[in-house]
Amino acid sequence: MGTLKLLQGNEACAEGALYAGCTFFAGYPITPSTEVAEYLARRLPLIGGVILQMEDEIASVGAIIGASLAGKKAMTATSGPGFSLKQENIGFGMICEVPIVVIDVMRGGPSTGVPTGPSQSDIMQCKWGTHGDHPVICLTPAYVQEIFSETVRAFNLAERYRTPVFVAYDEIVGHMRERIEIPDKGVLPVENRRRPTCSPSEYMPFDDTQGDVPPIADFFSGYRQHITGLNHAADGFPVNASPRIHTDELRLLRKVEGNRKDIIRYETVMLEDAEIVVFGYGVSGRSGKSAVELARAEGIKAGLFRPLTIWPFPAEEVAELASRVKAIIVPELSLGQIVLEVERCAKGRCEVEGIFRVDGDPITPDQILEKIKEVG
Amino acid sequence: MGDRYEIRFSGSGGQGLILAGVIFAEAATIYDEINAVQSQSYGPEARGGASKSEVILSENVIDFPKAQGIDLQLSLTQESCTKYYKDIKPGGILLVDEDFVRDIPEGDFKVIKLPIIRTASERIGKAFVANIVATGAITAITGKVRIESVEKAVLSRVPKGTEEMNKKALMAGYNMAKTKTAA
Repeated sequence: MGTLKLLQGNEACAEGALYAGCTFFAGYPITPSTEVAEYLARRLPLIGGVILQMEDEIASVGAIIGASLAGKKAMTATSGPGFSLKQENIGFGMICEVPIVVIDVMRGGPSTGVPTGPSQSDIMQCKWGTHGDHPVICLTPAYVQEIFSETVRAFNLAERYRTPVFVAYDEIVGHMRERIEIPDKGVLPVENRRRPTCSPSEYMPFDDTQGDVPPIADFFSGYRQHITGLNHAADGFPVNASPRIHTDELRLLRKVEGNRKDIIRYETVMLEDAEIVVFGYGVSGRSGKSAVELARAEGIKAGLFRPLTIWPFPAEEVAELASRVKAIIVPELSLGQIVLEVERCAKGRCEVEGIFRVDGDPITPDQILEKIKEVG
Repeated sequence: MGDRYEIRFSGSGGQGLILAGVIFAEAATIYDEINAVQSQSYGPEARGGASKSEVILSENVIDFPKAQGIDLQLSLTQESCTKYYKDIKPGGILLVDEDFVRDIPEGDFKVIKLPIIRTASERIGKAFVANIVATGAITAITGKVRIESVEKAVLSRVPKGTEEMNKKALMAGYNMAKTKTAA
């Protein structure tokens, strides 16, 4: 039995980071994410960890990239406006294959928007926020317990695939409190990156003959590292030639796309005989679950698909659903983002209807139920 | 969703209503093992404005985390009362501070008036424990959570050195509401 606590989503995120072995946090405060930093500011110094308030958001990502390359598990947390500013170094983290975790607690936007209100409108920014083709893993927990466990999983995926991982959730689940059980050490798996077993003289930081995820040495451990945002050869030094650029870019994407089964996680409710499916994540997934219960109570065959991994997108699962259901309803706190991805995967095989809301309140179960009846 | 019990703590930013909600939820879910979700809504200002914190109790898993039909609303200010009372469900309860909420809205709900802030300032000596007085009153009126559990939650959440004062505040609110509702 672990420890029972009443925690806020953001506090559970910080607990998850500590459980996963995070010892370095750098950030710049922003509502509604600040409690992640506050909580870690109390806890990290007690275990010899480091918390840094940097001069801005981009420097925060720079700091955690540095900490990670020195062998530490490192994280930052922000919200939409800060997430925009972090994008340049996030891309750097992707091409240099640095395991880091970036928390985005979504609030209304664009720009300053509604600092204290919920949103799910950064979800495409998670996918395409930084330029260039790049691998993206983004997890979308909806319950306080899940924010804890998905933060642990985010660190594991970052270490396993040597890449930045996002955890994106809305202000409502970030600020709400629920009872959670913090498991004892050893209950949830905690992974560490593959480190080189060869001698320092043989080590190449981006050696793809070692597999799609080459071992990574810690800075100052005697292994030579060269880190650059330029496309690089196996030794880390810039390269400007075919076919290395092409094969390396493909490898970066393959690390994630080739391991979809390992990365994609979701919850389903009564999909077996469902004719109408609600596809919702975060707080909208919670509303969807209540709506499905209400619909079933009225004899309507409704079901829920609630992604815990939004990127890579559960495309095969949505395609399979689209081939056998009448309609997929997509509630989201934006003016229509993830609905486009559902439509892309449904390929016209079923109706796809969005419910959009950006006024600072969540989409209610009744709103979804009404739509279920409309399309049913 | 049938057995949801929804409580809203409302007042002005800075009155400690979010803390009151947290304490009540902690009492329910950690000490009494009832499912509880606490959420809050506030504006950009740290003080003033209408502020609210909601606690939902249920024997079942709580999916939708916000209030839909309030069983009990506490309002410590006129502004918060006027702004939020419409969500009280038919037959629900509106608990107000009798000195600060003078204009009682009409509707299909029961109104309980208590001198919450006056009790905090005159009997306990500190107006800022009004949130704890109110928590005691809500514990008595709802009967959903044991007062011993609420006391434990209060003691785990208030600053060191203020435990006795807060315990007194809690019991003052609890006893005041017991007397009032028995009458």
